Amino acid sequence: MSKIHVRCTINGDPQEFLCEARQSLLEVLSEELGFTGTKEGCNDGNCGACSITLDGVLVDSCLVLAVEAEGKQVATVEGVAGPEGLHPLQQKFLEHAALQCGICTPGFLVASKALLEAKPNPTEHEVRHWLAGNLCRCTGYDKIVRAVLDVAGQEK
Amino acid sequence: MKDFEYSTPQTLREAVKLLADKGDDARVLAGGTDLIVQMRGRRFQPERVVDIKKIPEVNELTFSARKGLRIGAAVPCHTIYSNTDVIERFPGIVDCAMIIGGIQIQGRATIGGNLCNASPSADTIPTLIAYGAIAEVQGPEGKRKIPVEEFCVSPGRNGLKPGEMLVCIQIPQNKNNTGAHYLRFIPRNEMDIAVVGVGAYVELGGRGKNQTFKNARIALGAVGPTPIFAQDAGAGLEGQAVNEENIVGAGEAAKAVATPISDMRGPAEYRTHLVGVLTKRALIGAVKRARGQFVPNAVQENDHPVYTLS
Repeated sequence: MSKIHVRCTINGDPQEFLCEARQSLLEVLSEELGFTGTKEGCNDGNCGACSITLDGVLVDSCLVLAVEAEGKQVATVEGVAGPEGLHPLQQKFLEHAALQCGICTPGFLVASKALLEAKPNPTEHEVRHWLAGNLCRCTGYDKIVRAVLDVAGQEK
Repeated sequence: MKDFEYSTPQTLREAVKLLADKGDDARVLAGGTDLIVQMRGRRFQPERVVDIKKIPEVNELTFSARKGLRIGAAVPCHTIYSNTDVIERFPGIVDCAMIIGGIQIQGRATIGGNLCNASPSADTIPTLIAYGAIAEVQGPEGKRKIPVEEFCVSPGRNGLKPGEMLVCIQIPQNKNNTGAHYLRFIPRNEMDIAVVGVGAYVELGGRGKNQTFKNARIALGAVGPTPIFAQDAGAGLEGQAVNEENIVGAGEAAKAVATPISDMRGPAEYRTHLVGVLTKRALIGAVKRARGQFVPNAVQENDHPVYTLS
């Protein structure tokens, strides 16, 4: 079938692309537009490695059709760091050694940023609940949770 | 995933025509958290996907005394459980909407889709049945209303006819002294499919020691081919005193209508046992909410014992 023309913004910049209806937003972001920070883990909405925000709402990009991005604001891990350097979450992930192989890290950063925007002072319970949709098979989560709580000023 | 024609109708009439023209070869897309997985897994390979999210009626989320709560078929869970009217008046909806998948899933998944997907273990359906919710459906022949307890017909199959689509779920205005609660059992903290789920709704009359159940509705998930309305278990409470003995009795009545299978999530005997436990707890939670007492949902921490009557 013919390709569909989609216009959106990605990390604030206007973007246009052509895609097939069957393509996920994850596939278009990472394989066609060069936003390779968004990772494919399970490709069925369980692992959160492909987390992005769509009009500010945290979603798994493997479960969004690329055509659904029409007119939307897409934000990926590439937009997390600012012009001055790393985002506080990125800095604290480094300090707490909250990553090992790193595949899950972009998803955790995007999800954690969305958490702190929704709840600037989350409890540990709230952090763990919010990040339940992000799987990490290396760290055991504790360092990730500590890093997020540290940014929120909640680490004890 | 096989390619397909993607359409974004702006009106219900247009959507119904797009669906009716293709019959089983068309599927409705709302949040996509079931559909996209099913298409990728080749359970469905539709020729046409009808994205309903541009249609105003399916994006409605309103409360009024006359019409009750109206949840459009395409409203995602995170919008529903963040809504003040839902939080204040329909805490049972918050209980179930915030435990479907993780936060990413809740950003897209809809209660309408959870209902249409008709999974026996769907978390929102027992709650909807307990609240007496009605599904409003649009088809080529016009609108019709289906009580939610009659909506699912077998695992993964709903009772919609070709060309029909869910528009809205309507929950009646809640009366005074009512409460509801949904509980599920899973062996993890989050991100799992219910081994058993129970939704309960109660309306209380009288005060103190003379308090009685005026009305009670109980529904069960994951213990039959469809979510089960345990009508007799709720009706048996009507006029009865609000005490633990009667609540345990309702749990036993609920166990009697459960018809679970044994699978990797648990053997049938275990699930039947859980129906009794969760029915008791969901009823106690509903009673406490009807009395204005705090009963936590999945993200609220709580240190004192919740599931005793006091």
